[in-house]
Amino acid sequence: MRDALGVGVAVGLSGFAFGVTSAGSGLTLLQTCALSLLVFTGASQFALVGALAAGGGPFTAAAGAFFLGVRNAFYGLRLSQLLALPRAVRPFAAQWVIDETAAVALAQPTRRSARIGFLVTGLSLYVLWNLTTLLGALGAEALGDTDAWGLDAAGPAVFLALLAPMLKTGTERVVAGLAVLLGLGLLPLLPAGVPVLLAALAAPVVLWADGRRKGQGDQG
Amino acid sequence: MNVWIAIGVTVLGCYAVKLAGLLVPAGALERPVVKRLAALLPVALLAALTAQQTFADGQTLVLDARAAGLGAAAVALMLRAPFLLVVAAAVLVTAGVRAMGA
Repeated sequence: MRDALGVGVAVGLSGFAFGVTSAGSGLTLLQTCALSLLVFTGASQFALVGALAAGGGPFTAAAGAFFLGVRNAFYGLRLSQLLALPRAVRPFAAQWVIDETAAVALAQPTRRSARIGFLVTGLSLYVLWNLTTLLGALGAEALGDTDAWGLDAAGPAVFLALLAPMLKTGTERVVAGLAVLLGLGLLPLLPAGVPVLLAALAAPVVLWADGRRKGQGDQG
Repeated sequence: MNVWIAIGVTVLGCYAVKLAGLLVPAGALERPVVKRLAALLPVALLAALTAQQTFADGQTLVLDARAAGLGAAAVALMLRAPFLLVVAAAVLVTAGVRAMGA
């Protein structure tokens, strides 16, 4: 219960931060709310408005958001076995397949409690995320110059907070380091949005190098 | 108009991957390489995005108040502060440094 409350507060705050960031990036109230209602996966939304604000084209911006959303497919895979949803329900359940609902459902001991956990977390976060997005977008207009309030630091802080728990082993740290170098190094050279996509290549490159090293280790 | 195109493409793409996970037969994506890649892709993207949104001003790299804010967020994360405090630290320190005229 305390966990659920903690998740709720965190999601509420990032929803607010998203609303503010999105409005600060030049999106209208309607566009901001459409993103939270229809995309409903926070990191992708932050990435999209950030890329658009930096002057990225619509397709490069969307591509970055899409690749960040790919992880939800893997949550879905594990959830579909666990929840065993009827086929007709899946298109509706799909929208709620995100980090938080997967974490809660996968932690449950039985199928029944996993289904309840998924439903309750999904519904409450969907309502909260959209409500706080709206408040944030409205608040941004009232605040005026959002940069003076330091709110442009909210986006990267959210990314860092999502990233930190993923840096479990050396492999993840090397990927992160290489991605930072690529992302910053290519920034002055290529059109906005493209450097991030190329930085994503750090993942397969490091994975490949890792595999090779292990292969050689097996032989020697 | 461009913004709406970006929104539309993102909406379709993000929904499609969510649905795909629920619909594809188990085992299709269970190969270890695919799973490893899926775990590492967000690491690369988040790291690059964090760096860019901290140090980029358009297409030039700058060191400004955001860097101090992100440093504060990093310290908060190392102290195992909750998500709320991490973001608040970044926002407050960035605003503070700007107010001091940096």
